[in-house]
Amino acid sequence: MNMPLYVSPEQVMKDRADYARKGIARGRAAVASTYADGVLLCAENPSNTLRKVSEIYDRIGFMGVGKYNEFDQLRIAGVRHADLKGYSFSREDVDARWLANQYAQILGQYFTHEMKPLEVELLVAEMSPEVGGDRLFHLLYDGTVMDTTTHVVIGGEAEAIGARLDESWSVGLQLREALRVAVGALTGSDRELVPDDLEVAVLSRDGERRSFRRIEGDDLGELLG
Amino acid sequence: MTLPLFTPDQDPGPSFLGLLDRLGMAPPEVTGSLEADAIAHGTTVLAIRTVEGVVMAGDRRATSGNFISHHSMEKVFPADRHSGVAIAGAAGPAMEMVGLFQLNLEHYEKVEGSPLSLEGKANQLSQMVRSNLSAAMQGLGVVPLFAGWDERLEQGRLFQYDITGGRYEERRYAAGGSGSLHSSTVIKLRHTPDLDFSTAVDIAVEALFEAADEDSATGGPDPVRGIYPVIATIGSDGFERMADEDVAARTTALLERLGDRSGR
Repeated sequence: MNMPLYVSPEQVMKDRADYARKGIARGRAAVASTYADGVLLCAENPSNTLRKVSEIYDRIGFMGVGKYNEFDQLRIAGVRHADLKGYSFSREDVDARWLANQYAQILGQYFTHEMKPLEVELLVAEMSPEVGGDRLFHLLYDGTVMDTTTHVVIGGEAEAIGARLDESWSVGLQLREALRVAVGALTGSDRELVPDDLEVAVLSRDGERRSFRRIEGDDLGELLG
Repeated sequence: MTLPLFTPDQDPGPSFLGLLDRLGMAPPEVTGSLEADAIAHGTTVLAIRTVEGVVMAGDRRATSGNFISHHSMEKVFPADRHSGVAIAGAAGPAMEMVGLFQLNLEHYEKVEGSPLSLEGKANQLSQMVRSNLSAAMQGLGVVPLFAGWDERLEQGRLFQYDITGGRYEERRYAAGGSGSLHSSTVIKLRHTPDLDFSTAVDIAVEALFEAADEDSATGGPDPVRGIYPVIATIGSDGFERMADEDVAARTTALLERLGDRSGR
């Protein structure tokens, strides 16, 4: 007679967490921070077709790191959810907090019940029409949600990058400085990043309904000076 | 409302209409029929092609039979940053169609990461008009005009539709609704291949004025309430709605010209 193999729940969770963390740590990091006129989203991404940064709704942006197909599926689900909610109710009823909670549910569900956890870390950003109201929701592979109004790093080497960001970031930076700070934190002291290695977008408080703007090509080069 | 996740074989793709269908949220089929007098109808809209892009315009009146149901209805809308749509026909279904069309274009752009081509947008609208055919047979027809700036060809293009979803690209101008006959005569007489935005806007103001003069369902300029036609330009800079004061000034100039002509 075969005895079922016993593994303690602690061990199962630890193994799953290690697995997810390893998958995420392989990818490049991304930084989100608030600045004077909105939210800056900046990812290290050598590809300019497979996006890490994207638009969800009028004032909501998304960043994902880890396994591309997994976070992209969540991104599309977020766009669908937001558009459906705006269609059923009104555009102003669509908010990032609700979306972040939904993502947390899905990530938690996968972490405890599925064959393998999702190897992703997500960021949902919401720009507020009022200065100081911007929110960043940081989601971990196990469904943990954290929210902040300042800055967040997701992906590999997040701690080292976060420490560099803590040192140089401050409230009310202009876009140019905020971008320099973000890129400086991503880069560190022992390497260089050129504009082609970066994917940058903002949720800009400029009064347009759709606030998401990509900053690419010459515009990005000019900002980075 | 939970997060809509699909297995790959069930995925509705980048279409918002497909998503609504998949979730059972698509608008219901129309059964039975309605008296045409019972619902509001939007009337005259037009579009004129120029070297700078396309000018779209619409009067502000909605009628239910002999009644004027709205004095300040909007019939010209941005479809996205670089295109616009103008509607004539049953007002309720027309507004719903415009709303869904705008959402569908934005949804596609966000899911796919790049916008549809102008041709693609025009085809989408054609399918939406076609799927409204059974409602059209019950008296809820919607006939839109669609115009936009084609980034690839670097020119403005405009499309007219019939009630079955038939799509016709027009090279000079198009008009829809009950006042279309009168307004298109005005445009026809004054259209030249080298039109610019400013001249085309004046033509549009005059065409709508003449349509309102002959057609009871088309509303003329209303200085008492400050209601003037909605006019938008769609060029390489995108969709831009003209300020009411600007349209008012052009209307005043037109009325003076017409007054001189009739010897007053």
